[in-house]
Amino acid sequence: MLSRVADAIYWASRYVERAENVARFIDVSLNLMLESSAHGERDWLSLVQTTGDQEFFEKKYGKATAQSVTQFLTFDDEYSSSILSSVSRARENARSVRDIISREMWQELNEFYLMVLQTARPGVQPEDLIDFCARVKRAGIYFEGVTNATLSRGEAFHFANLGRMLERADKTSRILDVKYFLLSPAPSHGVMQLQSQSQSQSSQSPSSQSQNGNTDEVGWTTLLNSASALQMYRQIWHVTTPATVSAFLLLDRDFPRSILACVRSAQESLHAISGAPLGSFENESERLLGRLRSELDYAKIEEIMEQGLHQYIDELQGQLNSASTALQSQFFEF
Amino acid sequence: MKFHGYDPQNGPFFDEIFEAPDSPRPGCSRLVNGINGLPDGELFGRQAAAERALLSMGITFTLKGEGERIFPFDIIPRIISAKEWERLERGLKQRIEALNLFIADVYGDKKIIKDGVVPAELVKTCADYRPQCDGVKPPRGIWCHITGSDLVRDKNGEFYVLEDNLRCPSGVSYVLENRQVLKRTFPKIFESLRVRPVDDYPLRLLETLRHLAPDAVSDPRVVVLTPGRYNSAYYEHAFLAQQMGVELVEPLDLVVRDGFLQMRTTAGLQRIDVVYRRVSDDFIDPLAFRPDSLLGVPGMYEVYLKGRVALANAPGTGVADDKAIYRYVERIIKYYLDEDAIIPNVPTYLCTQQDDRGYVLGHLAELVVKATDGAGGYGMLVGPHSTAAERVDFAERIKKNPRGYIAQPTLSLSRVPTIVGDKIEGRHVDLRPYVLYGKDIQVSPGGLTRVALKKGSLVVNSSQGGGSKDTWVLAS
Repeated sequence: MLSRVADAIYWASRYVERAENVARFIDVSLNLMLESSAHGERDWLSLVQTTGDQEFFEKKYGKATAQSVTQFLTFDDEYSSSILSSVSRARENARSVRDIISREMWQELNEFYLMVLQTARPGVQPEDLIDFCARVKRAGIYFEGVTNATLSRGEAFHFANLGRMLERADKTSRILDVKYFLLSPAPSHGVMQLQSQSQSQSSQSPSSQSQNGNTDEVGWTTLLNSASALQMYRQIWHVTTPATVSAFLLLDRDFPRSILACVRSAQESLHAISGAPLGSFENESERLLGRLRSELDYAKIEEIMEQGLHQYIDELQGQLNSASTALQSQFFEF
Repeated sequence: MKFHGYDPQNGPFFDEIFEAPDSPRPGCSRLVNGINGLPDGELFGRQAAAERALLSMGITFTLKGEGERIFPFDIIPRIISAKEWERLERGLKQRIEALNLFIADVYGDKKIIKDGVVPAELVKTCADYRPQCDGVKPPRGIWCHITGSDLVRDKNGEFYVLEDNLRCPSGVSYVLENRQVLKRTFPKIFESLRVRPVDDYPLRLLETLRHLAPDAVSDPRVVVLTPGRYNSAYYEHAFLAQQMGVELVEPLDLVVRDGFLQMRTTAGLQRIDVVYRRVSDDFIDPLAFRPDSLLGVPGMYEVYLKGRVALANAPGTGVADDKAIYRYVERIIKYYLDEDAIIPNVPTYLCTQQDDRGYVLGHLAELVVKATDGAGGYGMLVGPHSTAAERVDFAERIKKNPRGYIAQPTLSLSRVPTIVGDKIEGRHVDLRPYVLYGKDIQVSPGGLTRVALKKGSLVVNSSQGGGSKDTWVLAS
């Protein structure tokens, strides 16, 4: 397969997944806001931190409010990871390979784009975005479904799957990281860079701590909900603690949005492309992803919590990034 | 309704299906009876069904400044008898053989110029003459691998060549798609007529291209090179690549490395042996042709000169489809093959020649004026349909740049019955057969019949409101 074609399919799929996850981020914050009037600037700022693009945000918007953060993440066409930018890039990529992907995939993505464009107008109130976020999530799921139902299991399919899974693993880790910081009662849980903020503000944020000082179940439930994980979680776990939620989102073998499941699926696609058997590697991206997968395969949540969840996720994100970079230089840019 | 009451108006025009009202030409009666035998309203229903089929197949083209649109299609086919076709086929083979010899000579020994048959000045001033090709010997000595010459019929039914397209003629995808649709539209009539198939074109094209690969390559890799998805013929580029089962590449997919042309794939660089390029000479390689081109593949021409990749058509072939060179084609055939042209040319006035120019300027209202490097129906004046202001404008342009224009008498192009609203009326057509030059010269039976859908219009180009019809060449 031509590198250009593989590149376009990978990114089309990755950008759709990105848009869907941004909608999940917004959705969980809007829900927390509705449940607790005290959901304030700090909580909205945490959402910006999830993206890793805080600097850009502060330069353009200054204060983090429901209005500014949702505008930034949904319809800001200058921000490259907003829902609008992601979906329009996904569409441009798909357009360039219309003869390779199925017609249904193109139609689904085209309609997705038109829906976002129609909603994107100035002055949309944050409260009005709940329905929009639901539609973006649904469109993302439809696109994945149409891809699975209509695209042959060749290279095109596997590059699409790689893009989706690497993006999903990254975003699931980010949402877990930031919410963990906000929801955990103890100030010293290892979020090094945010420690001063956490110490001075954690007690002022009722949403992060229930009255008796225990875990905020509403907050964790909302987090699980934003990852479409609540029902599946409940079937396995009957308590809600930071460790069990983290275990589910990081290490669950069967839940399709857990990081382990994403990495496994990505690894399978990568090996389907190269033909190398699982358990071995022929290129750097296979080596990096294989190492990450076996770490996750044999990880124990107790060890992770002891080490510090933030630090663990930080390293995990670094490994995902290295694998993505290696993949791009192996297949697309040489 | 159907054909009853249809007036072919033979006399001022040649009708391809009827010699007189209700009297079909030999070979056409099965079609006419078949259509007349359809229940009321059925014909229009089938026309609508054919249009829906083309729409859902996404068979579209892009117009400059406008979006994608469907190429209009009329389900009443044009029929060519076996005997007529036999002559056309011979005529086209003769023409392409001679034009190939001409191109080789122009970039080689230049005998035809030395012998005073074609003026040196005229050749050098062709917009598509490429001095970079001087001395080039392309693989197997073939320059024009894929040609589409436009044929027309005058009011007496005589065929003429109107122009030759030796650069990147398009339209063959419509021939194949139209046939798919029409077989389903009139299955019984089609079956009863013994129509010669066209579906093997992609295979023949692939053979032609593979024939050009260097001898040492046992299983040559062929690609189709497109300028990209915004090109008006992108659909056809993708279609042909898909039909031949080869990669469709864009210039950025290609790179010259280690002295070979290679493409970037997920399995690393892969060598390419033959490029069917649908990119004009100017844009294939900025190092050899237009340096300001951002499109090309730097160094590709050098690889071609070393014989390590074949390009089809060969760079430089455009010199033979300049509309001023066209005027000499009958002499070119005589010069190289010592034969008379089987299909004649349309009389042509060169504005560079004083007598001709005087005549053209005095008769603009009767003539068709064309730009010598034009294509696609752009930059032409159809005298009888022109306004006084347009004629003044063209007179100025001709005086300023006589080399840029030729003129021809306005032909009463032949007509084929065509569905117009809820009626059948005659509409003017031309014919573009496709000729492949590989191991030998082959002509795909039929070709693209383009039809001017506007009443009275003589311009059949898709960019100017033209549509197409299926072309049925009868086996016997």
